[in-house]
Amino acid sequence: MTKENTIVPKVFYTQSDGIERVVEAEAGDSVMQTAVRNGVPGILGQCGGSLSCATCHVFLDERHADDFPPVGEDEDDMLDVAATDREDNSRLSCQLVLAPGQEVHVTIPETQL
Amino acid sequence: MSTGHLLVVGAGQAGAQVVSSVRELGWDGSITLVGQEPHAPYSRPPLSKAVLRGETTPESLVLRSTAFYRDQHVDLVLDERVTRLELSGEGAGTAVAASGRSWLFDRLVLATGAEPRRLDLEGADLDGVVVLRDLADAEVLARRLDVADLVVVGGGFIGLEVAATAAAAGVRVTVVEAGPSLMGRVVSPVTAELVRAAHQDAGVRVLTGVRPLRFRGERGSVTAVELADGTRLPAGLVLVGVGARPRDDLARGAGLHCDGGVVVDAFSRASDGHTLAVGDCADLPDPTPGSDRRLRLESVDNAVEQAKAAATTLVGDPRPYTGVPWFWSDQGSLKIQIAGLAHPGDEVVLRPGERPGRFTALRYRGDRLTAAECVNAPADFMVVRKALAQGREVSRDAAAIIGVPLKRLVA
Repeated sequence: MTKENTIVPKVFYTQSDGIERVVEAEAGDSVMQTAVRNGVPGILGQCGGSLSCATCHVFLDERHADDFPPVGEDEDDMLDVAATDREDNSRLSCQLVLAPGQEVHVTIPETQL
Repeated sequence: MSTGHLLVVGAGQAGAQVVSSVRELGWDGSITLVGQEPHAPYSRPPLSKAVLRGETTPESLVLRSTAFYRDQHVDLVLDERVTRLELSGEGAGTAVAASGRSWLFDRLVLATGAEPRRLDLEGADLDGVVVLRDLADAEVLARRLDVADLVVVGGGFIGLEVAATAAAAGVRVTVVEAGPSLMGRVVSPVTAELVRAAHQDAGVRVLTGVRPLRFRGERGSVTAVELADGTRLPAGLVLVGVGARPRDDLARGAGLHCDGGVVVDAFSRASDGHTLAVGDCADLPDPTPGSDRRLRLESVDNAVEQAKAAATTLVGDPRPYTGVPWFWSDQGSLKIQIAGLAHPGDEVVLRPGERPGRFTALRYRGDRLTAAECVNAPADFMVVRKALAQGREVSRDAAAIIGVPLKRLVA
């Protein structure tokens, strides 16, 4: 195992009011799961990641745009009509699965419902 | 008052949300969350899908991390079943568990959930006649799913989710629904028929309008289900999915008004004005704006949103629970999403999708949109959930014209 594989991923969550919180994640968990499990407000993830609720909308920092698989069809459809208007860097954070050592910066929209 | 000891009985989705939200809102007293299962609060929806497919581990289902409870100073007590409450007025009291352990509290939240209804039929206690509610049930079901024939009694969400999962794994599956159509309590007959056809295409046999009469077995294990019309279905395993009963015994024993659930107001307050009840165990005013009926809601959305609203009551800044209820059910290739609560008589405007297997059934009461039943149509679901939440209309006449995307019709 390389050194990088032993490093925990980190997610930097910025609330819509600018307050940032850094959470140490587990590799294989999504940005949504990491937020919910650690009580980061503003990411609801009610459906648990089955792409059914679109309550885990985030704005993914552009520097990470290529670090994740592209937006899927259902994700695309749901983001189009998300509670907070979609932007170019909108993602459903249940689709952002973290690799060992990965650092990700996301901003949480004002509302999810 | 946002100090003192808060006791939350029931460590499911609603209980976990109460402790999270109340801390977020500044409750600075101590908090104890007591659950009867040996697991920290976890997500139940995957139990009928990913868990049965062996795609997920119990650890991956947890709703909050161990660090969360530690950092938020929540004392999580597992494997303890509270069996008795003594309320001393003003919301304080004592809770006693079956083990004899007890907790004094200043405020109490009941999040005791619901338990699966069982059938009072001959043979219902045979080995292999099972229910699905918690992780232990799912582990039993997953282990036994290598049978040739599964009979699912009850054509609701859980029964159909398991039917689809099992059929995809190569099991011969028959669904037996006593009512005239599948998911009769939640969707229109139009949607039910289209969903039925999809299940049949996937190899599931669906029987409606017929009841099971008895379960037959050999050497204590189930081998067949006999139906009221004389049909005999071979069955190595039977899942009974015929709804759930709210766990309100604890509240009733403490003298709180219960009527098929702990009766609460829009602030989640029970009849003593202090004790709160949230989630599946509560009988509550419909949170839909403008509705004046009462109901129980068994859904993740309700568990989470009612719990959040209840937290505002706890910290002395009570906000009524309002919102548009929504549900989802993943059944094999069908992603079913429902926004809003239709009444049984609400009319249907069917909008076929641009591809087979996708459609949306809009429900109207007069000219007013009340709900949408979306199958493999997540964009429509989002549009309607948002429109209903914002009190915006989707013209019935315009909606009947197929080909114009729903999102362009929101007024």
